[in-house]
Amino acid sequence: MSAAATPLFDCRDAYVRAVEALAETDRRIVAVVNDSVGSSKLGAFRDRFPDRLINVGIAEQNMVGVGAGLANGGKIPFVSGASCFLSARAMEQIKADCAYSFANVKLCGISSGVAYGELGATHHSIEDIAWLRAIDRLSVIVPSDPWETGEAIKAAAAHDGPVYVRISRMPVPQLERRSAAFAIGKGETLRDGGDLAIIANGTLVHRALAAADVLAEEGIAARVINMASIAPLDTDLIAEAAKTGAIVTAEEGLARGGLGGAVAEWCAENAPVRMRLLGFPGFLPTGSAAWLMDRFGLSADGIAAAARDMLGLRNG
Amino acid sequence: MRRRLLKMIVDAGQGHPGGDLSATDILATLYFDILRIDPARPDAPDRDRFIMSKGHCTGALYTALAGAGFFPEAELDTYLKPESRLNGHPNRTYLPGIETNTGPLGHGLPVAVGAAVAAQIDAADRHVFALTGDGELQEGSMWEAAMFAGHRGLGNLTVIVDRNRLQQGARTEDTNALEPLADKWRAFGWLVEGVDGHDHAALLAAFDAARRPREKPLCLIADTHKGQGVSFMRDQAGWHHGVPNAEQYAQAIRELEEEMAR
Repeated sequence: MSAAATPLFDCRDAYVRAVEALAETDRRIVAVVNDSVGSSKLGAFRDRFPDRLINVGIAEQNMVGVGAGLANGGKIPFVSGASCFLSARAMEQIKADCAYSFANVKLCGISSGVAYGELGATHHSIEDIAWLRAIDRLSVIVPSDPWETGEAIKAAAAHDGPVYVRISRMPVPQLERRSAAFAIGKGETLRDGGDLAIIANGTLVHRALAAADVLAEEGIAARVINMASIAPLDTDLIAEAAKTGAIVTAEEGLARGGLGGAVAEWCAENAPVRMRLLGFPGFLPTGSAAWLMDRFGLSADGIAAAARDMLGLRNG
Repeated sequence: MRRRLLKMIVDAGQGHPGGDLSATDILATLYFDILRIDPARPDAPDRDRFIMSKGHCTGALYTALAGAGFFPEAELDTYLKPESRLNGHPNRTYLPGIETNTGPLGHGLPVAVGAAVAAQIDAADRHVFALTGDGELQEGSMWEAAMFAGHRGLGNLTVIVDRNRLQQGARTEDTNALEPLADKWRAFGWLVEGVDGHDHAALLAAFDAARRPREKPLCLIADTHKGQGVSFMRDQAGWHHGVPNAEQYAQAIRELEEEMAR
């Protein structure tokens, strides 16, 4: 199938399908939003379960606190809002009311990363992973495609404790997988290779696979690992990746403190290895999501170039 | 309770005696007479919820929880000691009977609103009480929650404002004025009542009335005094935190014993 014909999906659709399916069979499932019924695509949920859609209005601190209160009242709340506001505005509620209190709250960051490209740094959510993975007891998941998004939502509902699921808005293809098993705390090897390992998650998984294709044509065998679970981290897979002698990480966010930081921390203490951390450097210029990702090397070519550079091969 | 919590603070060498003494009568009335809770079943789904939004006043809260049977009174001696379950701010993963971890101000009311919405969805008759400091009402999140509670018509929610008019460093009205406080709550869709926060009979009557069916959340503004019961602490902002010395402690206990004897 040519790339142009590959169907693309908005992971929000998989997210709402999963939440609605859960709500059908479990009356404890409720959705909490900050006026984001539309952007969270929860209109159908509201129509089907009107008493279980709680819209607190534009008030993120209250949204997360109410989520913790609903969990206290026996509900399983899916608290959804643009990830830039959910993470930053309600940070202390996430820390104290959800994680420290060990409340059974599921936080869903919508339109994450640079989905709101042209709207600027206020609306980019590239710091969320660095912030949230620092919070004890909070599971942090970044799914890569519709199937994994649905599985992450199901796993979050089944998990006893707070979870953050970062949901992409950028259209992505459905990956072909060898095994259909998702678990919080587990990554997956999507492609074998012994020259280096590319560890990515979310939207960058697809670009990492494309980079591996480019490198394969040059005789470089790149392993590609999807590390959807950042907290807890799948350190067994990282240990295996480190044995290749070179690791590139790639994510739609700050590499400093994000997935790249998480992998680098573990490798520094346990398996020192050459690394390149690909991600955004900080506040970004005006541009679409796709343009920003290409501009900052978060593309197949950019990942391949980082790999060649690390292996001491000439680029260009 | 007052004597016990002052001993805890003296033994621990730190604490928040002013706010503890301000909230003591409210907590005693709730835990010993009002709340439908069972220490043997602290997670019972149909229990009333009490949310301590002013989480720094653990001297009073722990004394009430121990008195209600959630843990042995002897454990109060471990207050703030290494590895104690009696942390400076309440922690539900340490102790039974605590609904949510508070301490940073502005957190309890949103959680109480969520708990009340859950009960509303289930048409359950459990009641949610939350105790907030008055200075805490300078936090924006409290008014986000107040606005939403009014919008939802949470008739199963009662907030008690510990209106002692003092915050950490000064009077609330000199810092960031709260008045007209009752009007503010009414404007957010709440019923408002005043009560003497140190009069058990008045508190009992107010809390009993709070359970009557209604279609709005209720704010009870409790007229209180920081440091109530100890003459040199009463209405003194300087006793927000602090530890009485041996002479002050002896005087405080003497005063509280005289009051008990009366």
